[in-house]
Amino acid sequence: MHTAAGVEACLPIRSDLDLVWVRQHVRQAAARLGFGLVAQTKLVTAASELARNTLVHGGGGQMEVTHVSSAGAQGLRLAFTDEGPGIADLDRALSDGYTSGGGLGMGLSGARRLVHDFHIDSTPGDGTTVRVTCWVAQPPRPREEA
Amino acid sequence: MSDAYLRPVTGHVPVLRLGDVLLVTLQGDLHDSMAQQLQQDLAETIVRTGVHGVLIDISGVEIVDSFLGRVLAEIAAQAKLLAARTVVAGMRPAVAITLVELGLTLPGLRTALSTEAGMELLAQQPPVTRPGGPRQESP
Repeated sequence: MHTAAGVEACLPIRSDLDLVWVRQHVRQAAARLGFGLVAQTKLVTAASELARNTLVHGGGGQMEVTHVSSAGAQGLRLAFTDEGPGIADLDRALSDGYTSGGGLGMGLSGARRLVHDFHIDSTPGDGTTVRVTCWVAQPPRPREEA
Repeated sequence: MSDAYLRPVTGHVPVLRLGDVLLVTLQGDLHDSMAQQLQQDLAETIVRTGVHGVLIDISGVEIVDSFLGRVLAEIAAQAKLLAARTVVAGMRPAVAITLVELGLTLPGLRTALSTEAGMELLAQQPPVTRPGGPRQESP
């Protein structure tokens, strides 16, 4: 199991200006932990997609940033929480090209490909929480999807 | 690159005219409403000035997510409807790697490695009307 060193920061997601803060915060936290440039870019892009989902589909919410470590590896966990309408069909929402918000339909499925761990909890009527984790210098792992 | 928080830029992204080309330089972290404003400004400026090319320099952009990717693709599509071609120049390698992994290959976008190369690309193929038939468009 991972040990969490505690929540490092909690940022509100209420406007598109907050998305800018979220991206900058995640980039700095990732840079501090020693993420390389490509890994930083992937994590910041995933955070931007997920924060926009929280804003557009969840009606706003927050992001928690946690520094985690496991077997000597350092990582960053981001949790995006909203109290919006939730996602009725998770499988569909996670498929490429599915969109309910006028985007390209790549946000959720794309963000999932950009991180090492991806968990989503959603209850219709109760909101959605997406947790993603990226590790510094993750050893190679098999691809999950076909 | 500085470690300090960059102030998000607010207002309009400047659109410069260089002969037959509109030049836009995106810098830092653009927020959504600014990107949408740029999209609208560009359409209006193309019609007002009658230019045949749009060059968007994104060498100062650290991330392109699906929102900004869509805005760039839509700018190119609307410019095409207004008889202008669009080139996106200077994409950072990490941005290209991330976009592909995100699933966004933006097939309709013409790209160049630098602003200079982008200007050359726009100058190379003047938007001639072919007398022999319908104008050929790339798919």
